[in-house]
Order: sequence, then structure tokens, then C-alpha cells
Amino acid sequence: MSMVQAILLKNGRIIDPANKLDKKGSLLVEKGRITAVFTARQKTGPLPKKLFSIDLQGKWVVPGLIDMHVHLREPGEEHKETIESGTLAAAAGGFTAVACMPNTIPVNDCQSVTRLILEKAASASARVYPVGAISKGSHGKILAEFGEMKQAGAVALTDDGKPVTDSQLLRRALEYASNHKMLVISHSEDSGLSRNGAMNEGFISTSMGLNGIPHIAEEIMVYRDLALADYTGCHLHLAHISTRESINLIRQAKKNGVPVSAETAPHYFTLTEEAVQGYNTNAKMNPPLRTPKDRAAIIKAIQDGTIDAIATDHAPHSVLEKDIEFDQAANGIIGLETAVPLTLALFRKGHIDASRLVQLLSSNPARILGVEGGSLGIGAEADIAVIDPELHFVLQEQDILSKGKNSPFIGASLQGKAVLTLCGGRITHNLLSP
Amino acid sequence: MSSEYLFAHKHILGLDHLSVPDIELILNTAESFKEISTRAIKKVPVLRGKTVVTLFFEPSTRTRLSFDIAAKRMSADTFSISASTSSTTKGETLADTARNIEAMMPDILIMRHPSSGACHYLAKHIRTSVINAGDGTHEHPSQGLLDLMTVKEHKGEISGLKIAIIGDISHSRVAHSDIIGFSKMGAHVFVSGPATLIPKKIERLGATVCTTMAEAVSDADVVMPLRIQTERQNDPLIPSFREYATFFGINRQVLQTARPGALLMHPGPINRGVELAPDVADSAQSVILDQVTNGVAIRMALMYLVLGGK
Repeated sequence: MSMVQAILLKNGRIIDPANKLDKKGSLLVEKGRITAVFTARQKTGPLPKKLFSIDLQGKWVVPGLIDMHVHLREPGEEHKETIESGTLAAAAGGFTAVACMPNTIPVNDCQSVTRLILEKAASASARVYPVGAISKGSHGKILAEFGEMKQAGAVALTDDGKPVTDSQLLRRALEYASNHKMLVISHSEDSGLSRNGAMNEGFISTSMGLNGIPHIAEEIMVYRDLALADYTGCHLHLAHISTRESINLIRQAKKNGVPVSAETAPHYFTLTEEAVQGYNTNAKMNPPLRTPKDRAAIIKAIQDGTIDAIATDHAPHSVLEKDIEFDQAANGIIGLETAVPLTLALFRKGHIDASRLVQLLSSNPARILGVEGGSLGIGAEADIAVIDPELHFVLQEQDILSKGKNSPFIGASLQGKAVLTLCGGRITHNLLSP
Repeated sequence: MSSEYLFAHKHILGLDHLSVPDIELILNTAESFKEISTRAIKKVPVLRGKTVVTLFFEPSTRTRLSFDIAAKRMSADTFSISASTSSTTKGETLADTARNIEAMMPDILIMRHPSSGACHYLAKHIRTSVINAGDGTHEHPSQGLLDLMTVKEHKGEISGLKIAIIGDISHSRVAHSDIIGFSKMGAHVFVSGPATLIPKKIERLGATVCTTMAEAVSDADVVMPLRIQTERQNDPLIPSFREYATFFGINRQVLQTARPGALLMHPGPINRGVELAPDVADSAQSVILDQVTNGVAIRMALMYLVLGGK
């Protein structure tokens, strides 16, 4: 990765909703920081002599994307992904930061695991924000050491992958996390209703002979989680929202002033349960793909602000966990390298504008996590993604940088791609230069 | 044999992918093969030199023996493998097991497996013809076909009949294949049982759901109770077998509400005294053993047809 003293990103469309900017212009990066932003009508002013200048005609220049929900699998499952490979995939997808879930082996439930992750992340291709566990071992019994994990560098807390079934524990987590100013993220699922389920419950699960996961398995817990956020007054973030009624509940709660934010994943606004047909394990995830009505409600929620962020729930698995019988196969798909084209599809269909896209993928995740980034303001770290919104490509397995190749979009024609990624001024991904 | 309709399926994975002409061809072929089993020398050279492997990851008496006998009556060489369901924990994936078998050049692989879709998975990984002998709670196509054959044999026509299937619809691959098969052939399928055992949206598969057993059985031409598949139930879905027998068991009284001359069928194995009263199981209305006899003919037809009907 090359480190140049000064980089001029010329003639791109600079989209920076944090600074209310959407204009053609140029952006100067020096010593890892943004030092000047010139719109097309302004003069560029004096430029450094040694300058690496890149013409970005027709491209979008946006704050580096931040994925607040990824599984990097390290430590413990390095055959699926490592911090190195996962952040390479992130950079290729335009991401400059990822928040990694604690369901590693061992679980990231104490400062030593958090430190290990950050040590490995020191040489990674994106910033890594560890998310610690709510409960020790994510067993749902005893609170983990939030304060020590925060000191070690954790930014948020969740037992993701396992719902917190004990409402009292989640209440205590919300209360105690407020002492440490840490975000609590809930994986909302009634594990009784979802037990042994392999896909969304409905006609397709019945006709395929698969145990179903009813949409109410999510909604019942979303309601509980909203009640806890309301009661405690502590901010709660809801992960990977997938159903229409969840959206209705969140929308109403926000209207009532409940301190809540929510994310969804690109597959929930792109695919439906139909994708499972043929026992396609690359369409198996939890929560499962839902119905066209749910998908429409998710898109509406992305438009109206009920959904605050798009996070990929990047969940790499190897063929050992995926190329097997459907009911035995692991849940989850990779997402870092397809988030941009899938979200751009919403833009192209007129559901969202470019600024909203940047909010969803960058400035809102930064705000919710309480981390830097999500802005192209002068003086900010030069975390920048350059997106070619027109670039057509067919997703090929061999082009995927993640160790996991478990994507339902392999072979799909996609449009729009990150072509250049800068993380702290360092080029972490570049499809532009000859 | 009708030579004008070509059977185009290499695999038999379920009744959902068979058309009405496909099903008719299978039934007609089976009918013509049935006579072979009544001969003094029960063997024809149709599949001489062909190799048939049965791979069963679940216990079976009837289906496995039926496929085995069917293959031998056609002069195929048959081999049986009983595999533990835990092949993956032993380190070998299902695909590897299948590829190893395929390396020995069989012509047909017949598989039973506890995972729904396991035969679809196999068909994606190997070139050998795959016949599904039951996959999880998905389908059991040869059973569905032998049920169609048995009804057609006794009633002449399937179209317009009322078929009542009672019991554990959720976990029964036979029920799924029967609902699809009988509906495709123009019959009206009614299902009933404890609501905990009726899967969501089963009506879209072609069944009418009745909250009482009486509604389903009333004036039915075929009554088919199913076994409670406790081995597939993750949670207790009925309070007790005794209560089940009282409210959902088929006894003489219940059967009398069906149309006179109604057929009593059961895919087996029967839990006598639970879903079926013993005296009814052995009554004149019972065609349960005819189903077993026809099973051999259906399986002969399936093997014959997937190998190109030559």
C-alpha cells in the first residue's frame, strides 16, 4: 500500500451530508488528513509540489464507509476469515471501518480478547472497532466487564448471534453501559419461536419441508427491546431488522421519543425468501430472508429514517459450513464487497438520493457507534471512498477478497463499485491507477 | 408401454417436479410391471448389468426392501449402505460419500436422508441418477406414487375423489408428496390433525385444512391416518398418545362416516392403537398391504424410466 505525502482527488462529485455538501469538486489529502475541499467554481489555491493527482470525473467521493456489523472470525475461526482478509474485503467494498461482533472463539467478553483483536488490526486495511459481549461467554447470565473492554478499545456491546433472552439482563446491560457511554446492540429474536428454524416460515418453508422461523420471532423481541429502551431511557441499537412489523414498531417508538436506532442489511432490501428455492445455502441467514411485503417495508423505512444504517452482517463461512445439507448449513452471508452496488440499486430506482446513501453507509454508523469518520470536513482523517456508480461487473467467486465465498450474488450482474479507498490517507484499495 | 410420451427426468426428487403426463406414464409403467411379481420366475432382464446402490441415513424396512426387490426383479445388481447420520462429524461430507460411491460407477443412487433437500444437494454434486427415498420432512415421491397407483387400482379414477389425510402433516414427507400428487391428478385433499402438526400455508400446496377430523373424513373416498413422528419433533407437540388416539385416531366409528367402500390407507409403520385402531387396520376396507405390493411395481417403473426406459 502506497503512502504518498499529498493526494489530490480531482473533479469528483463530493457527497458529504455531514457537511451538507453535494458538489463537484476536488479534495486535498495531506499527511493522512483532509486539508482542503474545493468545489468546481473555487480556485484550488496553492498545492504541494509533490502531488499525486487523480482525476475522478464521473465518480463519487464520499466519506469512507463504515460497516457497523461484521464478523471477522478472528480469533478462533481463521479458516473462515481473518482480520487481515476481512479488512481487505472491507477496503475493496469502500469501507474504511468495521465494527466486529464478539462471537469469536473465545468470545470477545474481556479486555484481553479485545486487545488481541486490536493488535491484529494494527496492520489491517480498515479501522476495526471491536464490539464486546453483553454477557460473559455470551451465555446470557452475567454481565461482561464493559469498562475494561471500553478501556481496551471496545466501542459497543452485543451478544449478537445469540439473543439476550433474559429481559432483566438486557435492562441491566443498558443501565450499566450508560456508565461507560457504550452502545448496546440487540439481536432481537425469540429463540423459542425460532428454534430449529432454517428459513422464513410460510408456504415456501412448508413446500420445501424446512422448519420455519416466523416473523413474530423478531417482532416480539423488538417490542420488548423498545420497551426496555423506553423504560431505562438508555439508547439501544437494533441489529439486522428484517420484517414489516418490526419496522412499524420502531417507527412508532421513534415517534414517541424512545432512544432507539436500527440497521438493516442489503439482503433484506434486495432478496426475498424465494432465493432459498433449490436449497440454496447461500440464501440462509438469521434473521432469514422474508417476503416481498417485508422487503417493501424495509425500503420504506430506509427512505423515511426509521432505519438509520445499512450494515452488512458480513458472515463469512467456508464450504465446510455451507456446501452441505440445508438444515445443517451455517447461517450468514458475506456482504462487504456487495453493499455498494446493492445500496446503489436503491438510489437508481429513486428510493434514496446520494446523500441519504452516504448517511446510511457512513455518517449514521459513525454517529451511532460514537466513532470518528463519516465526514469529509477539513482536518478530518482521510477516510475516503471513491465510488464509480456506473461500473458494471459480474460478481465472480475468484474476485472476492473475503475468505468466505458464501454470497447469493455470485454470478449476478451488479452496477456500482468502490474504485479507490483511502484509510487515514493510505490507499487500501485502488482499481484506478494503471 | 406408451412410447409417444418421453420421460425426461434423470432424477426423481419429488412429485413437485413431475407433470401429470409424467405421473400417468409412471403409473402405467408400474401397472404393466406389477405382473412380473406374480410370476413363478420373478425376474426380467430389463436392468441386467445395471448397478443400483441404496444409501440410507435413516432406518427403513419397507422402502429399502421394496427398492431392493424391485431392482432385483429387473435383474440389476443392488448394494445397500447404511450410513450413520453423523457422517459429517466423522469428517466425510455427504457429497464426498456420494462421489466415492459414484466412482464405482453405479447407475442409480437411491437415498433416504434426514435433511430436507438432501437429494437435491446430491443431484447437484453427482452425475448418477438420484431417486429420493425420503428427504427429511420434504418428499417421499415413490410412496406418493404408490398411493396414487393403489387408489387408481381400486377406484378406477383419481380425479374428483375426496382424500382425507389425518395426523402429523408437518413432519410427514408422505403427506407432502400425497397432497401434491393427488391434487395434480384432480382429487380433493383434506387434512386434519392437531393444529400443532399442521404446517403454515399447507393449503397452497393443494390441501384443505379442517379443524375437526370429522369434517375431513366425512364422505371421504380415501382415509389415511399418519404416524406421529416423534423422532422429528423438536418439542412435544401433542400432550399424550392416549389423548391423540381419542381425538385423532381412526376407529370403526370414524371410518363409518366416510363414503361406503372408502379405502383405508397408511404409509406405515403403523402405531396400532394410536392413529389407527387395530380392528380397522385389518378390516376389509384396508388396502395397506396393497400399497406395499404396489410399491415394488412403482419402484421398478421409476428405475426403468430414469435409465431411459430401455
